[in-house]
Amino acid sequence: MPALSELEAAYTTAGKDTVFTEELALLQTTYIGRPTPLYFAKRLTERLGGAKIYLKREDLAHTGAHKINNAIGQALLAKKMGKQRLIAETGAGQHGVATATGAALTGLSCDIYMGSDDIARQSLNVFRMKLLGARVIEVSTGSRTLKDAINEGLRDWTTNVRTTHYVMGTVFGPHPFPMMVRDFQAVIGKEAKKQIMKAEGRLPDYLIACVGGGSNSIGLFFDFLAHDSVRMIGVEAGGRGIASGEHAARFAGGSIGILQGTKSYLLQDDDGNVLGTHSVSAGLDYASVGPEHAFLKDSGRVEYTYAEDNEALGAFEMLSRTEGIIPALESSHALAEAIKRAPALSKEYVIVVNLSGRGDKDVQHVARIKGIEL
Amino acid sequence: MTSRITARFREILKKDKKAFIPYIMTGHPTLQRTRELIKLLEDSGADIIELGVPFSDPLADGPTIQKAARTALEQGITLHKVIDFVADLRNATQIPIILMTYYNPVYKYGEELFSREASAAGVDGLIIPDLPPDEAANLIAYSKKQGVDTIFLLAPTSTHERIEKVAKVSRGFIYYVSMTGITGSDLSMDASIESHIAAIRKKCSTPVAVGFGISNADEASAVAKFADGVIVGSAIVKQVEKPDDELRTYLRSLREAIR
Repeated sequence: MPALSELEAAYTTAGKDTVFTEELALLQTTYIGRPTPLYFAKRLTERLGGAKIYLKREDLAHTGAHKINNAIGQALLAKKMGKQRLIAETGAGQHGVATATGAALTGLSCDIYMGSDDIARQSLNVFRMKLLGARVIEVSTGSRTLKDAINEGLRDWTTNVRTTHYVMGTVFGPHPFPMMVRDFQAVIGKEAKKQIMKAEGRLPDYLIACVGGGSNSIGLFFDFLAHDSVRMIGVEAGGRGIASGEHAARFAGGSIGILQGTKSYLLQDDDGNVLGTHSVSAGLDYASVGPEHAFLKDSGRVEYTYAEDNEALGAFEMLSRTEGIIPALESSHALAEAIKRAPALSKEYVIVVNLSGRGDKDVQHVARIKGIEL
Repeated sequence: MTSRITARFREILKKDKKAFIPYIMTGHPTLQRTRELIKLLEDSGADIIELGVPFSDPLADGPTIQKAARTALEQGITLHKVIDFVADLRNATQIPIILMTYYNPVYKYGEELFSREASAAGVDGLIIPDLPPDEAANLIAYSKKQGVDTIFLLAPTSTHERIEKVAKVSRGFIYYVSMTGITGSDLSMDASIESHIAAIRKKCSTPVAVGFGISNADEASAVAKFADGVIVGSAIVKQVEKPDDELRTYLRSLREAIR
């Protein structure tokens, strides 16, 4: 608790400190490579024959996903707070890579917790983290995925709280994490708004993003929330189908509960134990969801749906072939929803899909699924 | 009404003694063994027993208790079953019993219903490490009405504001965590621990028991010098499958040391 109060105070001060905000803004342009482009996916649009599809290219951000926006922000903050060490959890490995990058950039030491199942399916990112000077700590408890990596990260943080900052990778955990991570990710929507105004002269009709913990989606949605004409769709991991029980669709199959200091929708049994999850994408394979998404779901402002593994894999291949962009399997869930929706809409409609990450990290995993030996 | 925990502390402190508070996980390795262990603990001089409720994501626990929780979950132990177990246990013993659980099972159960049923079963206190007092107003109110003590935690990093808050709402005793960290770690007592506990005593007369990382008689003895009670968890959980005689010798060594 004192650590959370300390963090909240430091974050509030940093937000008003022009030295901090200017340093972050400079790194966003010169290091992360912002603004990321908003790309009109012409061939995909033609292929689907309906609404125009734009892609917000977070896959082109440094390290290959939106995760860097938050990791650099928190690394700078930790440095300012006088911490010597960063720790983080990672599922797909993108947040681990981003945090390891932030640690290298600021000269802090870095340990990343990762479930052993995720280590197996994301070996490329494991090696990237090591190259960046981080130590990757294997978590073989529980479901051996993201949830358990967060448990271990939080255990480490409570032990080493005086010297260590915990870089929560998504809009989850106790306050101020959900707010702080959202603020660092909101740059996505701010840019997308300007870019679509320039390209189309108006706001989009739909925003679509995948929802694991929910940081890329809230990052895209946040700046548009006040614009009622913009419909927003969050896409969860439907895994092998809701009926199979092997999924991570918290809104479709969960109920309110408390996990890791957060009250939100949770996949749990009748006794309040957290259920196992499944998704083809490690980054969406999580039993709960950011509390602000729970609020947006209950208020009806955002619609939540899910895409199953095979739909995401289909979208992964379709975008690769039609646009020459290999998307992350997480982002492929958002694309799958766009592929479902676009044909039913007339050509005047505009959809913006958050292409939250690139798919290089998933290539080996997809090959394995297809039974191809590399 | 004086709770069974408060009454026990008064009795102990009047005799200028300290409380021995062992922890075991319900259903580890089996419910039958838990029943035997409670008898063994009581016979070995335990004053209050802390019963763990298994949870899928025990954030405050180290590997030993995580593993015990997994075993218990595999036995089908749930919060409902632990309450039934305590109700049944009350035919055999009146020793004060505290449940250590995480918040989600209680939330899912329904806080009011849980307080009522736990009280009816003979549960005397609750420790919920992932529920800070700031978020516990409802549970505190329901439990108070039912005469169940809500025990909150303080740690070496706790601020003055936190100490004041916990002093106000912690009933039965205050659980002082000997270090920053999780259960079952090596004991590395914070240098500030004694002065910190002195600061707590200025705020309230609630007894202070110290736990986390205490595994042998020497450590227990050192902690007992400035605490009202000593909690031993992981070190006992590690040994529950040992023969009773061996376990009894160990428990007695702790009992002797806590004075």
